[in-house]
Amino acid sequence: MNPELAGRSYPATEPYLVGREKVREFARAVLATSPLNLDPEAARAAGYADVVAPPTFAVVVQERTLAQLLGDPDAGIDFSRVVHGDQRFTFTRPIVAGDELTATLTVTSVKSLGGHSMVTAESAVVDTDGAHVVTAISTLVVRGDE
Amino acid sequence: MSAAPARAGLAVGDVVVEQSYHLTRESLVRYAGASGDFNPIHYRDDIAASVGLDGVLAHGMLTMGLAVQPVVDWLGGDSGKVLDYQVRFTRPVLVDPASGADVAVVAKVGVLDDDGARIDLTVTFNGETVLGKAQVRVALA
Repeated sequence: MNPELAGRSYPATEPYLVGREKVREFARAVLATSPLNLDPEAARAAGYADVVAPPTFAVVVQERTLAQLLGDPDAGIDFSRVVHGDQRFTFTRPIVAGDELTATLTVTSVKSLGGHSMVTAESAVVDTDGAHVVTAISTLVVRGDE
Repeated sequence: MSAAPARAGLAVGDVVVEQSYHLTRESLVRYAGASGDFNPIHYRDDIAASVGLDGVLAHGMLTMGLAVQPVVDWLGGDSGKVLDYQVRFTRPVLVDPASGADVAVVAKVGVLDDDGARIDLTVTFNGETVLGKAQVRVALA
């Protein structure tokens, strides 16, 4: 991995339009049962514009930024050796169907530990007003030669 | 669906909710489609074996995604009350092609503060924890 990667940012991703059926599909996949995730009327009654995405849905938008990082030849990350180390989401508000979201990834740290490398990247997700929705933070472990 | 819990009446160490989930290979295929994560180690035994795994694994993000659901239910179903959620992936969840896998979640109050709480999750498969530092910050009235 390129040790100079820390501090690097990638261009904002193309807008991702959050669809109601996509939220429902994702909710069912993570075994969510709340009507707020599934039923627009229940979500509106709770004050949301449409169905509310489960917390980890943000990974769908974040993934597009990780693809930029992993696909950057200059980053030098061998995807076949990548293991997901940890994951965090910090919310200003939940993602709701109808949101149009863009994400910008910044590499915050690069470390070496016992032959392995670790890269931590923060992807800031904003709506069409530029208002912050969620930041998704991943640490990826790149296993060394065995 | 219960009403959202109040901060008053909670104490550090209280178990607020417990839930078990049964995963099958179908669960993994469903999550792959919903999330867009089509890494074949999550549905092909031959590829999982070829990279040295003991079998097909659940997506870590599926385990993370389901582990917070009992907390969302406890919050009255409102995932907007989840302010921050983090986990470390420490052990894999192997999903047997015939018998699947059972994942258990216990959610306890870790910290109480002025506007909410930190809920600490213990997530186990086969008697071992699979997530480390699994913490959910929630807003409470």
